[in-house]
Amino acid sequence: MKLHEHQAKEIFADAGIPVPESRLATSVEGVLDAVGEIGYPAAIKAQVHVGGRGKAGGIKIATDEAEAEQYAEDILGMDLKGYTVEKVLVESGVDFVDELYVGVTMDRGKGQPVLMVSTEGGVDIETVAAETPDAIVREHVDPAFGLHPYQARKAVYDAGVDDDVALDVASILSTLYDLYEDSDASEIEVNPVMITSDRDVVAADAVMNIDEDALFRQPELAELEEEAYEDDLERKAGEYGFDYVRLSGNVGIIGNGAGLVMTTLDLVDYYGGEPANFLDIGGGAKAERVTQALDMVFSDPNVDSVVFNIFGGITRGDEVAKGINEALSGYDELPKPVVVRLAGTNAEEGMEILNTDLLQVEKTLEAAVQRAVKNASEVSQ
Amino acid sequence: MSIFVDDDTRVVVQGITGGEGKFHAEQMIDYGTNVVAGAVPGKGGQEVAGVPVYDTVDEAVETEDANASVIFVPPAFAADAVFEALDTDIDLAVAITEGIPTQDMAKVNKRLSEVDTRLLGPNCPGIITPGESKLGILPGNIFSEGNVGLVSRSGTLTYQVVDNLTERGIGQTTAIGIGGDPIIGTSFIDALEAFEADEETDAVVMCGEIGGEDEEQAAAYIGEHMDTPVAGFIAGRTAPPGKRMGHAGAIVSGSGTGTAESKIDALNAAGVPVGDTPDEVADHIEDFL
Repeated sequence: MKLHEHQAKEIFADAGIPVPESRLATSVEGVLDAVGEIGYPAAIKAQVHVGGRGKAGGIKIATDEAEAEQYAEDILGMDLKGYTVEKVLVESGVDFVDELYVGVTMDRGKGQPVLMVSTEGGVDIETVAAETPDAIVREHVDPAFGLHPYQARKAVYDAGVDDDVALDVASILSTLYDLYEDSDASEIEVNPVMITSDRDVVAADAVMNIDEDALFRQPELAELEEEAYEDDLERKAGEYGFDYVRLSGNVGIIGNGAGLVMTTLDLVDYYGGEPANFLDIGGGAKAERVTQALDMVFSDPNVDSVVFNIFGGITRGDEVAKGINEALSGYDELPKPVVVRLAGTNAEEGMEILNTDLLQVEKTLEAAVQRAVKNASEVSQ
Repeated sequence: MSIFVDDDTRVVVQGITGGEGKFHAEQMIDYGTNVVAGAVPGKGGQEVAGVPVYDTVDEAVETEDANASVIFVPPAFAADAVFEALDTDIDLAVAITEGIPTQDMAKVNKRLSEVDTRLLGPNCPGIITPGESKLGILPGNIFSEGNVGLVSRSGTLTYQVVDNLTERGIGQTTAIGIGGDPIIGTSFIDALEAFEADEETDAVVMCGEIGGEDEEQAAAYIGEHMDTPVAGFIAGRTAPPGKRMGHAGAIVSGSGTGTAESKIDALNAAGVPVGDTPDEVADHIEDFL
């Protein structure tokens, strides 16, 4: 779960990390009121869950009221990589002389949290990691013990941060680690930490993502969740509780189990089609879930044909088939052709009772995908 | 022969009084697994699925001489359940639970380095040695005894590949689902090492997916240390960067690590053919045998 910059900065400020003075605004008037209190220069920053906001035009620095009004009009309501900007953070401009990168994340290879510090702040850190990996200092933390304060200092000194601000930066890093642990974060990143001309240290940006699997014990953070979907279908999937990712093709895909659904997508591509989505309906395939899954793919205007692949496993194929038939009982005909393939326990019994008036049935995954791809190419011609 | 589990495996089911725990304990017993006890705090003295339930794993292990545990405990309590299993010094703990907080797993991971117990999972379907023992939720009837080892991050993809093998009459020594989470116990390399040492295993299928670098590391291991032939499959070739494809671990990061391409290249470089389809994986295995 991603927090907005303004949410993360509130958490930072509460923990004692210096952040610029700021106000949240949802209208042009709100922006002008905010700048009136904060003064110029002021940064106007789109609050949406995408990276690279600056490059995409979602962050502007206003030096007077005319600019503030113009930028507020530009940014509020703009489409930023598929997300509509509904609010902006208006923030006091920082007079900086240097920019650093600091972050805490999980090194999944080692199974340990890792602190990261770089003097190459203010730029895309993934580019830095790819081009000059040595410019990022990493310090791993024993998750059972927690952070030794010296580790934050060591990382900061090793990275070559200026001596006069090093301890202040180490203090921020140490606090970030505490937040990382206390809030079950998956990632916290400040890029940049700005060093001002007065040699103060300020967290000028804030990325904070929370482990969704830990939200059950982070009720206050869970309340901050603002579902931001790229489109209505992803919103609908969220309501149904499906693992769903929308893609750009025209072959709708429904299956069970992440690995097998991914494989079905890959096969659609392999046989010359284009997958429209990833949709994992999980175990079981009861009628209600099947109905919801069909509703998902049928309401995607890009979908021309559907492949429905279920590996029965513990759930018997005949039960899955009953669920599918029940879900189909509301249809006289299907809006788009659907190819079904059942496998696993009692798959043959299941295939026999499937409603073939409405469905096409194939025995193997490969055959089912090829037929769905063919259906799609016929429809789209 | 087989790896990790066989006829001698004696199993405690943690969380046996829950819906999932009870159902799968019964399924395991039906398959022929020696389920000898359950462990659920506060439920000691009961009997579920025909086996006695104990309040602690330690008591269950001591009393029933168990050497493995399967964990069906809700995510909030699962890491604690894994610690409880690890602290009894049993040989194997299999964590089926999906949705354990990653920072909990980091702590478990640290403990694993201090004990001899092998952890499989979490968020995995478990392990099966066909005809002998099944620990987890795998559908026993699709597997058959044979000479091919199988290790996979995903459950249903494992079943799919087994299906492709079975159609050709190819059975398995042992099939292992290592789980789709970012931090897991048994890795591809651990399983490959065991298959390499197993005399009955003549070929191995390795099914990976996008995310992390485990497949690349496994490829390096295969290239350097394995004589047993391996065929691979990588799911997620069409996954866009930054989107989590179901599994918590299945995500291609913005910087391009964890892509299917990098994994396939690494496997090919180690001499491992990677199937474009699950059926092609079975083709490669057939060629090896």
